[in-house]
Amino acid sequence: MSDEIILRIAQMMIDELKLEDVTAETFDPDIDLIDEVGIDSMDLATIALIIRDEYGIRIDEDDYPKLTTIRLISRYIEEKLKTAQENN
Amino acid sequence: MKTVSTLLSDDWHERYRRISSLNIRSSIYDVTHRCNLRCKGCFFFSSNEHKAAHEETGIGKWEYFIDSELKRGVNLAILIGGEPTLCLDRVEAFYRRVPTFCATNGLIKVPRDRFPDMMVGISLWGDAEAEKTLRGKDTFAISSKNYEGDPHAYYLYTITPKQIGKIEPVIKKIRDVGLKVHMQLLSNDENVDGFFWSPEELNDIRMEMDDMLDKYPDTVISSRYYHQIITTGKMMGRSFGWAECPSVTDPLDSREPRPKRLINFIRWASDLKTMHRCCTSETRDCATCKDGAAHMSWVMVNKRLHMDSARDLRNWIEVYEMFAKLYRFIPW
Ligand code: SF4
Ligand code: SF4
Repeated sequence: MSDEIILRIAQMMIDELKLEDVTAETFDPDIDLIDEVGIDSMDLATIALIIRDEYGIRIDEDDYPKLTTIRLISRYIEEKLKTAQENN
Repeated sequence: MKTVSTLLSDDWHERYRRISSLNIRSSIYDVTHRCNLRCKGCFFFSSNEHKAAHEETGIGKWEYFIDSELKRGVNLAILIGGEPTLCLDRVEAFYRRVPTFCATNGLIKVPRDRFPDMMVGISLWGDAEAEKTLRGKDTFAISSKNYEGDPHAYYLYTITPKQIGKIEPVIKKIRDVGLKVHMQLLSNDENVDGFFWSPEELNDIRMEMDDMLDKYPDTVISSRYYHQIITTGKMMGRSFGWAECPSVTDPLDSREPRPKRLINFIRWASDLKTMHRCCTSETRDCATCKDGAAHMSWVMVNKRLHMDSARDLRNWIEVYEMFAKLYRFIPW
């Protein structure tokens, strides 16, 4: 599940931010999205909307500063999905 | 994929890191309708924004409102007017709660015992002659006495086409009173004759601004790229205007597609309920808008556009640093 989410988020980033010379498979899930890839909070807000539509979870704006890599975003989604399942 | 570290040397990367973590969320507040001047070309009065709403006078209402702005995530309050120093209790309500910048004409001194480190931007419209023509008095003569040597104040010098070839003496006199200066261009909202910019004049003033930055780097807070953007209205092949402007009040922004913009930005009228369209005049034609902050923000929100080359990214960093200095997020 985790790898699947990582690949999906990488693809979202590539499509939305029009990143070149990288594929979902070659996108380093641990690269710092702000310090290295240069994304900003508005980019994150766009990605958060797609995540909401695809996974049905809401990313709190206050959590953006914690979500600095694709792996961390993926973990965040997994945890939210788990909590949602437990509550059902 | 181009990354920041593949584009930048270590020292530039360090500068990048220092600003990339700032996450500035600004909004603008009309503190009052009143002013102790009536400048020709003042966007606030020329577009009747002083009549757009009544002025809230209850300080408790202001405090409550500012607290709700904090909950909205605002971390930089930009106070304009009218003249904010006519209502220091309102200014203080902001200052006690949130990083605050106060625009002023400098005629009234912000008392530093109440506002020790509040950043103050003092408006200046040129040399003594231009000031008398446009504002009815040479404000520099008063404001420079009020703020001489103040480390938390700088001049916001609005350059008009009549100032071409004349800006160096203004920069020098600002330097001589131990203050900094940031330059911006007049948008001529009141159609004052002879104050429209021609393309040639814009080119001339760009060169003059570059020259001032080179000659007075310790006084002028600016960047060459900002000069390019504000005089050409072009950035990476795009044209500044309504479709691109980042400084539109968020709840009033119905543009499709939405451009990159300031998150949650609102410009509030002094009734604390009415919102103005954008950071400047309601009636200004976006095609001729020269608003300095909007142009700066335009660069800042478009970081990834500047990740094609090292030079572009360094330009972006310099504009961001300029903004961060002007609003006291990083030292001069
Ligand atoms: S000092 Fe500022 S607010 Fe007052 S009239 Fe002049 S430009 Fe307008
Ligand atoms: S007048 Fe200037 S700041 Fe206002 S919306 Fe138009 S371009 Fe933006």
